[in-house]
Parts: sequence; C-alpha cells; structure tokens
Amino acid sequence: MFNGALRGLRAIALEVLYNLRGFFGTFGAGQLFFLQILVNLPYALARPRLVVKQVYVAGVQSLVVIMLAGLFVGMVLALQAHNTLSRFGAEDTIGMVAALGLVRELGPVVTALLFAGRAGTALSSEIGLMRATDQLSGMEMMAVDPIKRVVGPRFLGGVIAVPILTVIFSAMGILGAWLEGVVILGVDEGVFWSQMQAQVELREDVMSGVIKSVFFGVAASLLAVFEGYNCVPTAEGVGRATTRAVVHTSLTVLVLNFMLTAWLLGGN
Amino acid sequence: MDSPSETAAATPGDGGEAGRTAGAAGGCPGTDNIISVRDLCYARGQAKIFDGLDIDIRRGGVTAIMGPSGTGKTTLLRLMTGQERPDRGQVLFDGQDVTKMKRRELFRMRKRVGMLFQNGALLTDINVYENVAFPLREHTRLPERLIRHIVFTKLQAVGLRGAWKLMPAELSGGMARRVALARAIVMDPEIIYYDEPFVGLDPISMGVVVRLIRRMNDVLGLTSIVVTHDVDEVSTIADCSFLLSDGRVAASGTPDALRDHHSDTVVQFMSGMADGPVPFHYPAPDYAEQLRSMRGG
Repeated sequence: MFNGALRGLRAIALEVLYNLRGFFGTFGAGQLFFLQILVNLPYALARPRLVVKQVYVAGVQSLVVIMLAGLFVGMVLALQAHNTLSRFGAEDTIGMVAALGLVRELGPVVTALLFAGRAGTALSSEIGLMRATDQLSGMEMMAVDPIKRVVGPRFLGGVIAVPILTVIFSAMGILGAWLEGVVILGVDEGVFWSQMQAQVELREDVMSGVIKSVFFGVAASLLAVFEGYNCVPTAEGVGRATTRAVVHTSLTVLVLNFMLTAWLLGGN
Repeated sequence: MDSPSETAAATPGDGGEAGRTAGAAGGCPGTDNIISVRDLCYARGQAKIFDGLDIDIRRGGVTAIMGPSGTGKTTLLRLMTGQERPDRGQVLFDGQDVTKMKRRELFRMRKRVGMLFQNGALLTDINVYENVAFPLREHTRLPERLIRHIVFTKLQAVGLRGAWKLMPAELSGGMARRVALARAIVMDPEIIYYDEPFVGLDPISMGVVVRLIRRMNDVLGLTSIVVTHDVDEVSTIADCSFLLSDGRVAASGTPDALRDHHSDTVVQFMSGMADGPVPFHYPAPDYAEQLRSMRGG
C-alpha cells in the first residue's frame, strides 16, 4: 500500500519534471524564434502589401465575431451592473462601470482570447499545413527564408490587428451597455454618458487597455506562428499545434493580464 | 559507352568490398562531376540510413537515384541540398562542401538549383502565374513586363500557359507538378532535383513529365537528378542510375547495365519481385507462437 503510493508519487513527480523540462525547452525556443522574427521584420516592413493582407485576414475577417461578442458582453455587463447597483440606488453609474470594465479589462482580454480562437488557430493551421505540404521547404529551396516571407508578415499583421480589434470590441461593448441600460432598462441617457465621460480617463483607463492589447497581440501572434512553424508535419501534428496555440495563448493572456494590471495600477 | 558489365558496379552486400570500391568510383562514365558524395553517414535515431555512401553526379546528364521505399532516397536529396546535415562525410557541390555551408552560403548555392517536390509544394494562396513568378520577385528587381515575359515562356515550355490564372487547388496532380517544374526552372538553374516526380500520375501525365525532364535537361543544358522507384519510366530518360540499398550504392550504371546485373538485390528491384534480399515480411516472431501468446494474454 505504502509502496504503491510512493510509486504513484514518483510517477507524478517524474511527469511534472518532464513537463517542466518541456515547458522551459519550448520557452527558450520561443524566445529564439521571437528574436529571429524581430531580426527579419525589416523584410516585412519593406513589403507592406504582405502585412496589409495579413491585417485583413487576421483583423477584418474577425470583425463580425469581435463586434457581436463586444455587443453582448456590454449588454451583460450593463444588466449585471444594473442588478447590483440598483440595490444601492446607484444604477445611473452603469455607463461608467461598463466602460471602465470594458476598456481596462474585458476589452483587451476577451479580444485576445477571441483572436486566439479565430485568427490564431487559422495562423497556426495555415503555417502548419504549409510545413506539412513542403511549402516551407520549397521556399527554403528557392533560397527564400520562410521566417521572413511567411512568419514575419503574419506576426506583424496580428500585432497590428489586436489593438484595433480591442478598440472596436470596447466601443461595441459600450454600445451594448447603452442598449441594455438606456433603451431596455430605462436609465437616463444623459446621466449614462456624462458619468462615463467624467470617470473614464483617456490616459489611465483607455491607454492602459491599449497597452495591454499590444502585449496580448504580440503574445497571441507569436504563439500562433511559433506553434504552426514548429508543428509535426502530419495531419495530427497540425491539429495538436492548433490546439496548443489556443491553450497556450489563453493561459499566457490571463497571466500577462494580471502582471500588466499590477504594473499599470502600480504606476498610478 | 562502356559495356554493362564494365559500368555496373556490384553491391557491397553481394560482392563485398569490391562492390563498395566500384560504387565509390560512381559506376557511370564521365569525369566532370557537379556533385560528389563522399563517405556519407547518416542515422535517424538508431536506424542507419547511410553508411559510407559514395556517389558522383555527372554534369549535364540525367541521373536516376533508385531504391526500394525507405532506403533514404529523399533523405539523400535533402542532404545534397543542405536541408539536413549528415553525421559524417562530404557532399561537394561544384567543389564546395554543402555539409559545412552556413545558411547564407546555402541560400547562395540554392539560387543555382531548382527542386521539384513530390507534391509540387506550390504556394496555395497564390495562382499559377504568381507561383512561377515567386522566385523572380524575391531575388530580382525585374520590371513587371519582363517578369511576365519570363513566366509565360516557362509556362509555355511546360504546356500550361493557358492555366496561368488557376489556383493550385484547381490543378490536377500532373498539372501541379508541371507548374512546379516551370517554377523550378524560372531562375535558370544549373541543376534540378526531382523528388519522386512520377508518383500518383496517370499514364498520360507521367509520359508528359518524363519527356519534360529529358527535354528541359537537354534544351536548357541542366543537370537533372531524379529520385524515383519507377524503374521503367526513369530508364527511358536516365543516362546513369544508382540503386541504393542498405545505406550504400548497391549498383550503378546505365539503365541497361542495371537490367543485366546479376546481384540478388538489383534483380529483385529491377524485376519487382515481392521477396528477396528486401524481405516481404517485416521482422516478426514466429507466427504460431505470437498467436498463442496473444491468446494467453
């Protein structure tokens, strides 16, 4: 019995160590990959058409998802705020509560998570399939570096798209909060907007959300292209890479969000 | 040309050291070699893929590298083009050792070569025209008019000028390979590597690709290296063939010389026999014993 428990503990410890080794290995490889991308970014910048195309693919094609999600998140936020604040007779402040929640936290985080699910998976699977179908090897044989030609523009496209999508998400969220709070629940429209205008600071609140979204854009795009580029070139490998991209991005965004929030609030 | 008995080299497995020595000489006529592989050793995990491989590729000819599945034909192409590094040995491309090249030198070397992948490896998000123009756009600053002229010339050579607007997904397997061939020759390379160019093609497409390989080689003055296990097709166009087995050259020479070869490995491969030195059965324990043990389990 005791021996069995020991064996079990040993197996768990080995599994944890094995996973930790894998994590640090991947973490190091990811950093090197990031450096490679940064070194090769001038190539992408010199070919703006490639980047614009990726902004379109990652950003414009995600617009419907982002706008719908933003609208409903804003509506729910207003509904919950109204439900709670009305107990204290403070339902007029729901505009301010929704706006602060959206621009500081929900906008950047939910947009990054949606980006990972919609555009990140597309990036990972596209690059993974290019690996599996020898397109990347083909480029290398044509003396074209895939990091420059394929990875760089896609990474940059994602980094540009995420902050823009975040702003759109937050704007749609505020519209949703207005719809729910003012049109449906009957909060005074003037108070709704004036509270928001008085309490939401451009530099502290809006910019903190934008700063977060830039970090999330870098993290989400990097993880998506990294997983796709380094996937096992089989159907199963591409599937696993896509899953890993979403899971790793989601966790990274949540951890990063805490760190950034602590940093940004600490700076006040 | 030498007689088959003189040019065909014996397999090391069948003919001992004499075979290896003959393999090292290349087995094909000519002294002007564009590629020389020397004492190449490469293992993947515990499995030895090459163990002291020696091959000489003559400039200007069509050379076939043949062998049963799993003998490392594609791996050899990857080693020749610097996509993989060997454990030991040299791959000399025009006198320069590919195995020691840095990335920048490799890219410089690859601008002088073209490669046709088994599946064509066309970029799926751009059309036929853009695929063929891709190397030109990446490596030159030619005006669009000139690029258009070159691309249509190459597409005309493979008979697909009319398909310039099509996307890769709209092409048949044979057409995709011809577009890939047009792309491979668009930079006027000195040498083209073909990785299994006949796999999955119907007889008409196969005939077209076979003739194209020979015609491109002769008209453009290329050197062609064709990795394949399609003996009949490649025999019609190859000047010299190498048969790989057990990590070394089992035999080399003209296609006719290989056909007349007497070693068991060569005879099995050339005549497509199911069993021989390359066994039909994967190594396994005794059949009855395995059934009994599985029943017991």
